[in-house]
Amino acid sequence: MLFIEIISWLFIVAGALLGIAGGIGIHRFPDFYSRLHAVGITDTLCAAMFLVGLCMQTGVSIASLKLMLIFIFLFFSSPTATHALANAALLGGLKPELDEEYHGHCFDRHPD
Amino acid sequence: MKHNLILRVIAKYLFPVIALFAFYVQFHGDYGPGGGFQAGVILSVAFILYTLVFGLDTAEQVLSPGVLRILACTGVLLYAGTGVVTMLFGGNFLDYDLLALNPIEGQHIGIMLIELGVGVTVSAIMLVIFFAFAGRERS
Repeated sequence: MLFIEIISWLFIVAGALLGIAGGIGIHRFPDFYSRLHAVGITDTLCAAMFLVGLCMQTGVSIASLKLMLIFIFLFFSSPTATHALANAALLGGLKPELDEEYHGHCFDRHPD
Repeated sequence: MKHNLILRVIAKYLFPVIALFAFYVQFHGDYGPGGGFQAGVILSVAFILYTLVFGLDTAEQVLSPGVLRILACTGVLLYAGTGVVTMLFGGNFLDYDLLALNPIEGQHIGIMLIELGVGVTVSAIMLVIFFAFAGRERS
């Protein structure tokens, strides 16, 4: 069982590193969209890694089934929340911060 | 409205899941964590999600404010009625032991009825408050 223990802790540590990466991203990136990009992508995989690692810790039982259900719920709801946030910001008129050469180039159209 | 396509699809799939989880929390509350208040809030969250995505008018076609008021009163009546029934059986208010021949079974039935009343009232009241705030700019 040492093998499963090691694999599960690898998953949990990878999830923790992803969470820390998302936290650094939301702290350091310049504008709303890039912050959302940093945390929206890492967040889902972070939760998934944690849940897979915890599933291996519990073994095959009702608790791991519940963890898998939580995983399915997060797998659908977390990207949807990110999409809704970005969509609302874009419709609300928040412009992404762009490099000089791209100004007025790719985001000049109104989103509808 | 085509911007909300992803939200609409996901909300449609999430609604039954959230409602099912609310009933799980409600009826599993005497064996695990949970209970009437949490279950009521989760069930009302399902309807609030529906309202946020599909609009207030559609949600009020599903659950009209009159039905919500009746449901809110029904929960309180269920709670108080259980207490009054135990008084009619000769005990104190909410003395669950008298609800069945066996005191343990009576406790089971009593707490189930109480939590059901709490759940119905809490979900209805949460939705009444939410609809009142959401419909403020319409009137």
